[in-house]
Formats: sequence, structure tokens, C-alpha cells
Amino acid sequence: MSDDTHAEIVAQREAVVEQERAHEAEPSAGARRAAQALAGVANTPGVAKPDPILVADDMARHFGGVRAVEVEHLEVQRGTITALIGPNGAGKSTFFNLITGFDRPDSGRWAFEGRDITGRPPHRIARAGMVRTFQLTKALTRLTSLENLMLGATGQRGEGMLASLLRPSWAAQEAQITSRAEELLDRFNLTHMRDEFAGTMSGGQRKLLEMARALMVQPQMILLDEPMAGVNPALTQSLLGHIEALRDEGMTIVLVEHDMDVIMSISDWVVCFAQGQVIAEGRPDDIRKDSAVIDAYLGTHRALHEEDPS
Amino acid sequence: MDILAVLSVAIRGALGPEAAIYALAAIGLNMHFGYTGLLNFGQVGFMLVGAYGTAISVLSFGFPLWAGVLVGMACAVVLALILGVPTLRLRGDYLAIATIAAAEVLRYVYRSSFAEPVTGGVYGLVQFAGSFYELNPFSGPLELGPLRFGDRALWLMTVAWGITLLAAVLVWLLIHSPWGRVLRAVREDEEAARSLGKNVFAYKMQALVLGGVLGALAGALLAINSQAITPDAFIPIITFYLWTIMILGGASRVLGPIIGSIVFWFLLTFLDAFLRGAMSAGWIPGGLLVPSDIGAVRFAAVGLGLMLLMMFRPAGLIGNRKELRLDVR
Ligand SMILES: Nc1ncnc2c1ncn2[C@@H]1O[C@H](COP(=O)(O)OP(=O)(O)OP(=O)(O)O)[C@@H](O)[C@H]1O
Ligand SMILES: [Mg+2]
Repeated sequence: MSDDTHAEIVAQREAVVEQERAHEAEPSAGARRAAQALAGVANTPGVAKPDPILVADDMARHFGGVRAVEVEHLEVQRGTITALIGPNGAGKSTFFNLITGFDRPDSGRWAFEGRDITGRPPHRIARAGMVRTFQLTKALTRLTSLENLMLGATGQRGEGMLASLLRPSWAAQEAQITSRAEELLDRFNLTHMRDEFAGTMSGGQRKLLEMARALMVQPQMILLDEPMAGVNPALTQSLLGHIEALRDEGMTIVLVEHDMDVIMSISDWVVCFAQGQVIAEGRPDDIRKDSAVIDAYLGTHRALHEEDPS
Repeated sequence: MDILAVLSVAIRGALGPEAAIYALAAIGLNMHFGYTGLLNFGQVGFMLVGAYGTAISVLSFGFPLWAGVLVGMACAVVLALILGVPTLRLRGDYLAIATIAAAEVLRYVYRSSFAEPVTGGVYGLVQFAGSFYELNPFSGPLELGPLRFGDRALWLMTVAWGITLLAAVLVWLLIHSPWGRVLRAVREDEEAARSLGKNVFAYKMQALVLGGVLGALAGALLAINSQAITPDAFIPIITFYLWTIMILGGASRVLGPIIGSIVFWFLLTFLDAFLRGAMSAGWIPGGLLVPSDIGAVRFAAVGLGLMLLMMFRPAGLIGNRKELRLDVR
């Protein structure tokens, strides 16, 4: 490698670091708005928020003897990035499944945008504006990336069986959807995969595809189940940028994430699950120091030591 | 043995009305399985209600034939709803079991003695399509070298292939639309489609109805073709011929069922004529094969051909190789 290119790369790295520093020093408008809104909120589990987009009450889901979810009360503040954390098997994905209608709770009620949506089927919840992605990605393998995205658009006239036969009635809308999908593909670095079957994509690319597809629905709230799992670190940075940009545009984001650095850097609010219950919630800095959270993460570890006969 | 005669018989089989009718029923099946991923193992049941709906309307109610065909198609809508409402919310195998059972139950009901006043029981119904043949515009046979089609066959072929091609065009239009995109998404992953706000149940129901109606139309044509139907013409093996045809041609391709049906009927009639010719020419030792075995042997040969095809062209004759490279499920 020549010195020139080396110097260039170093300069680029420095620029990136500089940018990140600037970024840390100066929170975005959305972050400031979120912090302001949550300013007076105490960090106790189940605390009320000033403007909740989602309110869940007494949600319970058991699998045989396993208590997967048992949430007394949880509110998600509109226009924030809320992170769900907790050890493996804490019930985060199950909670997602319940509120999006993919699984039925044993009991509980929940409301979205002030409307009770308890027991509604998943497609109606999605249409109401709450869309989720899956921890185990569900790429539509024999559809191209572009088709995957286009599927996400709502209110498509050509999706009616009879209307689909009248191409002129939906051609213009289709062109519009195509260009919107292409923009998103570009945003998620997937343009080169435009006409490839989603089945040929790598695990990380599928994560990106799924998130882009969910955004095609133009939801008010998006639930991301480990969106960064398997995505390369450089792309993770830009993905985080996108997520923050979405929040700045006013979307509400709930994400499940295990990487503490990621959580601390982007979330406005953190909710910690353990054994199906919300054991703590608060601002990232408070959560970092919360003894219940530390216990939850290290508890299994300790228990192992206690049981160790030696 | 006259190989030219054997070939001309085979070509007549490949282009004859049966090939068109089976292609049409397989287009319906392709709508179910190829595009929506629905496991329908009772397509013959839809053909049965189509055939009997037509014949009974004409004979018992004095409807004109065209109205009878519409009644047959309406029966398929009802059958699809009965099958779909309880099973389409469940896993795919429930529909498979329900369809295979329903087709057999229907056959037994139609052949039972209590239904005999209407359905003719095991003897079936005859002479209900005279008005169709009265419309025949062909006055003489068509002869192309050794190939000869009678005027009656020509008229049927025109109508049956015409309808089959129209059905293929309809499917093409539907599949290359946002509606078709949702359907294919449902085939790939129902939950993903749901998560994007698509009413998966409704789409599966629409596909089941549409494919069933195409099956019923094929059944009606089958009845018109032979001017005689019996319940025992609608045995489960017909469904499996249709699956063979669809897979042979290439599932989830618009022309797959048509190519599949032409090849299937060509092979079947070719083997039949060839074996008969070979036997009468004394090429096959008498102890090895008797004429009554020919029917079984030709199907065994088609089965063998299908096995080889699956090994070397698993996506069917016109299947999409790109799709094949994907490890689906
Ligand atoms: N379909 C199911 N059948 C039986 N038990 C289940 C099922 N789904 C989840 N569970 C159980 O419910 C509990 C919560 O699981 P869940 O998937 O919600 O955890 P999670 O917090 O998402 O974990 P991870 O971080 O590993 O994704 C676990 O104990 C799990 O074994
Ligand atoms: Mg999970």
C-alpha cells in the first residue's frame, strides 16, 4: 500500500471519529425533544409517560410452566427510541409477539394511539401503524429484494383481485412505490441486490432488508427485534444513524438489543426485562447503574457459582 | 410396426381435448400450489362438482348448457369456501387432508343410491351437451398427413384450448400484479406477509376459490367431451396426474401446466401405441407382457420419467433455474 492511500485512510478515520465526537457532544433535535419529554419521568418500572403511543396492562403469557411474559403496566413514549434489554429468554420477543398480535396473551389489554387493539389480528395491527421485524428474519426468499420492499407499501389499489386485472388503475401507484422502494434500498446499501432473490442474501443483508421492508409500511411505530445482529460494524453505525433519523422525523422506535454500547449511544429510554417482568426502566445512564439490572444480567452467573459443590 | 402411425396417435393425444382439459385443471392447481403454496390433493373434487353441476342443471332443471357450466363453477366456489374456512387459518397440512377427504366423500355421495334420482348413481348421467355439438362450425375432418381430427374433436379442441389459453392469460395478469405479489409472499412466509398488514386468510381463500373454479370448468369440459359422466371417473389418481403435469411442466410458471399436459399426454399415448404396436409385431415375448398390462406399464414409464426429471431438472421442463438454486425451506 502506498503512503498516499495510507494517509488518506487515516484522514478518513479521523474524520469519522471527529464526526462521532461532534455527534456525541451535540444531540440531535429529536434526541433533545425526547429527553425533554421524558425529563420529569421517574425511573420506576411501569411509570406513566406524558404522551404514550403504546400502553400495555396486565399482559401475561405462559408456556406450560414457563412464565414468558408478565407485565403489569408499560408505556412507550411517542417519538422516542426505547430499548428493551434483558438476558436471553427474558421475554422480550414474546412481548413483541403479543402486542403485534402474532401470539395471544393469557390475559391483558393494550392500546395503540389511544385505541384499544387487544386481540386484533396481526395484519390489522400493522395497518394501524405498528409494524415489527422478526428476530429470526423472514425474508421472502423467492421474491426479489425490490419485490420484498414493494410488498410493504400499504393501500395498494392493485392488491384487490379484480382491480389487479386493470393495470392502468394501479400502474401509476406502482411506479411511485417502486421509486420509494429504490430509495430505501439505497439507504440500506442494498441497491446491488435490487433484482436478486432475497433467498440469495446473507444473514446481515436479510436483517437490513427486513427493516427496510417494515419502513415501507410507513408506520408510526416500529418494533425491531435485534436489528443489528449479524450486521457488520461499519454498517451498524450507519444503521444507528438511520434509526435516529427516523426518531427525529417523529417515528417511535422500540428495539431489542444486547449490545450495551449501542443501547447507551442511541436510546432515549431503556426498559429491562427479566423472567418475563419489567424489572427496571429509565434513562440509559440510570439503567447502567441500576442494581436490579446488574443482578438480572449477573444473576444466572452467581446462581451457577452457588450451586457449584466445589 | 408403423412408427409414423404411432407418432400421429401420440400427437393427437398431446393436442386432443383431454390434454387441454387436464392443462386447465392443472392451471387451477398451479394457482393453489405454485403461487400460493396451498396443498390441494383433491383437485378432482372440484372437477367433479363442475361436471355434475353442469349435467344436473341441464338434465334435472332444464337449464341451457352455458348456465349449467356457470352452476358447476358456482358449486366450486361453495366447495372452496367449505374447505377453506375451517382449514386456511391452520397449518398447510390441514387443507391437504381436508381436500383429499372431500374429493373422495363427494365421489361416494354422488354414486350412492340415495342420490341416484339426481346423479344417476354409479351409472352416471348421459346426453346433456347436445346443444354444444349443435353449435359445431366444423363440417368435415381435418387431415394433416397421417394426422386426422374429426369435426367433433376439432370443435372441442378449439373451445377447450381456447379456454385454457384464456385461463393462462388471466393467471399471467393476476400474478404480474400487486395481488400476485401478495400471493407469492404468502407462499414464501405467511407471517411476514401478516406483519406487513396483508390479510393472509383472504388471499388464500381467493386463490383457493379461483383455482377451484378453473378445476370445475375443466370438469365441465370433461363432461361435455364425453357426453357421459360417472362418479368413478373422478378417482383420486386424477389429482395425482394433475400434480405430475404441473411439476413436469414447472410449478409457478404460467405455461408450466400447459407444457406439462402436452408432454404428459404425448408420452402416455405414445407408450400405449408403441407397446401395442411392438406387441403385435412380436417384438415383445408373449410371456413378458400381455395387452392388459399396457395401461400399467405406460404409467410406470411416466413415473420413471418423472423421477429422472426430478433428478436432472427438478424445477420442471420450463422451471426457473435461478429459483432452484435457492434452498427453499
Ligand atoms: N413458542 C414457545 N413455546 C414455548 N416456550 C416459549 C416459546 N416462545 C418463547 N418461549 C419461552 O418464553 C421465554 C421467553 O422467550 P423470548 O423468546 O421472549 O426471550 P427473549 O427475551 O426474546 O430472549 P433472546 O434475547 O434470547 O431473544 C423463554 O423461556 C422461552 O423458552
Ligand atoms: Mg428474542
